Amino acid sequence: MPSMPSLSSKPAKPLTLACAAGAMVLLTGAKGLEPKDVADMLHAVMSADRTVYTKQVVNRLTLKEKVITASEHFEDNKALPLPAQMFRFGAELAAEQSKKFSYSLLSLWPVNKQNAPRTDAEKKGLEFVAANKGQNFYTEEKLGNQRYFTAVYADTAVAQACVTCHNDHKDSPRRDFKMNDVLGGVVIRIPITE
Amino acid sequence: MSTTSTLWLLWAVSTAAGAAVLLAGMVCGGGVRAHLLIGKTTSGHHQIELACEACHSKPFGGGGVLQAACLRCHAEELKQAKDTHPAKKFTDPRNADRLAKLDATQCVTCHREHKPEITHAMGVTLPTDYCALCHSDIGTERPSHAGLAFDTCASAGCHNYHDNRALYEDFLTKHTHDPDLKPKAIAKLRVAVNEPAEKRKPLGRADADAPPAKLGDAAAVEAWLATEHAKAGVNCSGCHAPKKAEAASPEPIWIEKPGPAVCATCHAHEVKTFAQGKHGMRLAANLASSRAGLLGLFKEQPLAPMRPELARLPMSKAAHGHDLGCTSCHGAHKFDAVTAQVDGCLGCHADEHSKAYLGSPHHKLWQAERAGSGPQGSGVSCATCHMPRQPIEDENGLDRVLANHNQNDNLRPSEKMIRSVCADCHGLGFTLDSLADAALVRRSFSGRATVRVQSIDWALKRLQAQRRATQ
Ligand code: HEC
Repeated sequence: MPSMPSLSSKPAKPLTLACAAGAMVLLTGAKGLEPKDVADMLHAVMSADRTVYTKQVVNRLTLKEKVITASEHFEDNKALPLPAQMFRFGAELAAEQSKKFSYSLLSLWPVNKQNAPRTDAEKKGLEFVAANKGQNFYTEEKLGNQRYFTAVYADTAVAQACVTCHNDHKDSPRRDFKMNDVLGGVVIRIPITE
Repeated sequence: MSTTSTLWLLWAVSTAAGAAVLLAGMVCGGGVRAHLLIGKTTSGHHQIELACEACHSKPFGGGGVLQAACLRCHAEELKQAKDTHPAKKFTDPRNADRLAKLDATQCVTCHREHKPEITHAMGVTLPTDYCALCHSDIGTERPSHAGLAFDTCASAGCHNYHDNRALYEDFLTKHTHDPDLKPKAIAKLRVAVNEPAEKRKPLGRADADAPPAKLGDAAAVEAWLATEHAKAGVNCSGCHAPKKAEAASPEPIWIEKPGPAVCATCHAHEVKTFAQGKHGMRLAANLASSRAGLLGLFKEQPLAPMRPELARLPMSKAAHGHDLGCTSCHGAHKFDAVTAQVDGCLGCHADEHSKAYLGSPHHKLWQAERAGSGPQGSGVSCATCHMPRQPIEDENGLDRVLANHNQNDNLRPSEKMIRSVCADCHGLGFTLDSLADAALVRRSFSGRATVRVQSIDWALKRLQAQRRATQ
């Protein structure tokens, strides 16, 4: 792995998202923090929030108590937003507030074709985390005129709802997922100077 | 001085004077401005083209200034349209290669103003096969789409770039079995009257508080007595002397012809949406063809109200010269919402679609409802479709049903109309076909569509194939 350039310690704009706020404290507080550490911390918060939403809201209300469904057209269908949508809406809101990082949820077996890997790093990273359980993938890539530190983390089926929905969804290209399988990956990018 | 130097001096002075006039026209406005336009504006903006600052809010502003200007007027509607390609979808660096091909974060990438020679439907200035820039491989994912020309995505009634609220796949399959005409074909009804903030007692003839000289207009008084205004305690001074409380007597502050600003005191949503559409956009806040400046040489000159002869659509000659305001359609004193819904429109509009409305099936339903033989809400006026009643969230987060006076809100692309209007009475398939049949639209929907939009059939086929594959 290449050596990590360190981040500038300019104070970040105030961020409202829990994950971003957590990162900010560290960004502003500690000098010389490596992009990898920042990405790991951001991911810890993202993945915690994602698991809580899936288990405490989606899984409980749709599969256990069966009082509501989850649907990508949640407004029209008066349903819960999907975990992937919660994640993306958060990513879009965070992007409006900070250019210091960006993140997305992708997969080699995407329900939404826009979530298929588009860069080499994404493809390699998704393949790596699917094949090497418990390990993350770190690299650097250049997109447009900007270099990025890019980290990919496995996104695993932490609740039955993940498995059921992905196996049953009409647009899903793969239907043999089981609990704790890797369904895809979270990609976090931090712009760096060369 | 030699002749040559006199000529040089003359040349220098006249050049400087010419430049000064042009610069003053650009910056301050006035009569010169109309000749400085750098190209015919789109029909969306031609009404406000002399208010240059509406878009060019800073003289040397680049893309950022223009983008902010687009969003000032259009951000809210894009949000409501559940824009399928919002800028925020493209800011992730993983889209860098896409943005290099087409910067989808900027409105002007696709909608350039003052470029009549390359402007297509919807004010799009890109070649019409722009979808291919990102979706060229659609045929591999959807065999039904293999080989389709990319300039048909948006022109065949199937997709829009921004508003796909009635066109997405799950919506199509959900409405596969819609009947052409729904058993209960009733347009959204007025469920709430515009209640004044404080309830007042109904007023009678003796209560009219206009100055004696004005009360001589018996017809006006009779008309007022018959209205909701009198019933809701809105007196003459309510509209004609709104600042009554600050004056000793109404005469000095009496307004002969109260304008939209006065109506807005109670009808805020109606006036707001009026100023967003083609009827009232020139009256939107802060639009001026001339700004005060150059030591008083230029005076502040707000844009004048729209007049029918300025329109690009055919308008009846008899309507020329008339300033558009609330009373143009609603009439003063009588404020008849029924007249406003058809006669108000046809008083000016003289295009094929408008003229064909008379005698059309929609018009017959309207006449039946007016005559009492059709149930309430079964009639279809011009306003039923073009100024529909819609749930509007009030300050308490609750919905009120109010008429949207922005006639443009659901007009183009016409699929915008499906859910806000057509679906009250018609099934989705019937609607898609009808809207896609340009000749039928011109005939104001007399007859049946001869066009078949494939969306529902294809979505259904794909769903069935997927079901078979998973069984
Ligand atoms: C109710 C259905 C549903 C549930 C529950 C669900 N997903 Fe998804 N998931 C989807 C849909 C639909 C998409 C595509 C959404 C989009 O991008 O608009 C998606 C997207 C994804 C993606 C991005 C790639 C793709 O397929 O488009 C990943 C990775 C993913 N989900 C993993 C999970 C995991 C892990 C869980 C449980 C924690 C989960 N999903 C729960 C339906 C579901």
